[in-house]
Amino acid sequence: MSRVTDSWGSRVGLILAMAGNAVGLGNFLRFPVQAINNGGGAFIIPYLVCFLLMGIPLLWIEWTMGRFGGKYSHHSTPFILDTMHKQRLWKYIGVFGIFTNVAVAAYYCYIESWTIAYMYHSVIGTFDGMSQDQVAGFFGDYVNVNKTMSGIPYESVWFYLFCLLLNTWILSRGLRGVESASKIGIPLLLLFGFFLAIKSLTLGTSGASEEYPNANAWDGINFLWEPQFDSLANPKVWFAAAGQIFFTLSVGMGTIQCYASYVKENEDIALNSLAAGFTNEFVEIVLGSLVVIPIAAGYLGMDWVLKNAGFGMAFQTMPFLFEKWGPVFSAVAGFMWFGLLFFAGITSSLAMGTPWIGFLQDEFHVKRETAAWSFGLFVLLLGLPTVFYFTYGVFDEYDYWAGTFSLVTFATLETVLFSWIFGAEKGWEELKKGAEIRLPEFYKYILKYVTPLMLILVFIGALITPEGNDWNAAFQSLREGNGWPMDNASIIKMIQNADINEKITAAIEAEQNMLVSELQEKKLYITGARIVLLLAFLFIAFMVYVAARRRGKNEKTK
Amino acid sequence: MIKTSALIMMLIVQGAVTLITVYLFRKVLKSNLAKKESRKSEDPENE
Repeated sequence: MSRVTDSWGSRVGLILAMAGNAVGLGNFLRFPVQAINNGGGAFIIPYLVCFLLMGIPLLWIEWTMGRFGGKYSHHSTPFILDTMHKQRLWKYIGVFGIFTNVAVAAYYCYIESWTIAYMYHSVIGTFDGMSQDQVAGFFGDYVNVNKTMSGIPYESVWFYLFCLLLNTWILSRGLRGVESASKIGIPLLLLFGFFLAIKSLTLGTSGASEEYPNANAWDGINFLWEPQFDSLANPKVWFAAAGQIFFTLSVGMGTIQCYASYVKENEDIALNSLAAGFTNEFVEIVLGSLVVIPIAAGYLGMDWVLKNAGFGMAFQTMPFLFEKWGPVFSAVAGFMWFGLLFFAGITSSLAMGTPWIGFLQDEFHVKRETAAWSFGLFVLLLGLPTVFYFTYGVFDEYDYWAGTFSLVTFATLETVLFSWIFGAEKGWEELKKGAEIRLPEFYKYILKYVTPLMLILVFIGALITPEGNDWNAAFQSLREGNGWPMDNASIIKMIQNADINEKITAAIEAEQNMLVSELQEKKLYITGARIVLLLAFLFIAFMVYVAARRRGKNEKTK
Repeated sequence: MIKTSALIMMLIVQGAVTLITVYLFRKVLKSNLAKKESRKSEDPENE
């Protein structure tokens, strides 16, 4: 049936590709911010507990599913799930494993393209002499397609197209292309990360200025690592830790299954998955915690960091801080910082291309090169609205529905399938085949009971996130008979478009007609983005339906 | 200066993660080497 002939060139290449899939921008930008907002050093305790009880089991589940499906020449989740249980619904749940990748790649490649653009601007000295506000403003202008920063019209669009072409070209080279990119990207990422970490560790109080006299890099390290044990009693911290483990390992996407489906039946997956998982943890815990926060605290002070910590710091603040290191060194540091983010990004976006390519090769016998270019085209069509209508919130909609909702939903369902339907015992035996490390037997019970329950809790947590993410206050409100106050970021409120509806109502009450029309226009784009995503999902589901019918016909004629 | 409690926490966690990562990679590389050796001994023509 299948014409897929791709395979991994080496075991180290496979581990680095898997690690590259997991290591992303979040390792350097999301982890330290989550730690700061959730009890500093104490956050690491729930984080590690979640890694042991949810992260490692999920890695094993996805690697096992992938190798199991690969045995039957399936390289994408719809038909991998189909081999595990003959209920046809699972095929369509498997659609998430292709859809998520295409939709996330659409906006992820855009972020990746920012890193290329910022590498370029760091080297040519665009940020030289800019004030903090000017550097922050540069980002706003860059994502506004109508403005040009380098004299090139539609600069951000060109960088996006270049980034997408690069991804597609590497993907067209097959797994060997992905492997080569990982073998170059991961060592360079580590090298750049070490350089910046050493710089941050030796910064101390030398960055204090008249404007920020209390700036001290060690305050950043203290804040990140000093345990505040009282925070362990707060459910918010546990949910944040579970969420971080979930996103950092890139589980629930279908990429791990796809990569693992090219592993031979009796080759090890137990040790390989642990090596890849721990490489990600090394990058996150060792390097991720030593770059952004300490450097920002070293120049701007911890008070500023606490107020402004977030994803935007990478682009809106770091170039300004590097300027303090002199023109040559700032260009080197800027190149390394954005280069590091670029390698973290591209090794993940390449992984996002493989499920679609595997699906087309398996089911429609499309050539690898053609499948890769069709992925590029699909991502381009989906991604252009995020580029042109970034300021209308299209990007955020993609991030929420593809990058959060789909991930949590798919991971929960696949875990239920693996642990309770396929059977944890059978799954455990499958995982142990060819294992080159002794697996502790108690993990079988963790796979069977703890991991699925934790995922169901995470899903419920996302569904009904309480207002301000304050679980204690929400339970108090429930006990007092005042109901459950839901946050606008919860799935239920997101479906209802609660946030923007509230803003429109407030603007109407304040008689701010201009704002009302602006918000209504934004709502239109948000609805449009949701329709586009839904159509993409339905299109992939239809292709799965066609593929299943073709398989049925082929089996009948045999 | 870095506070003692922060330093201890950082060294324990980062040290443990680094050691486990190195251990796992060492195990992978050792196993690869052993497989290569066994393949060589099974197929003397390649020697």
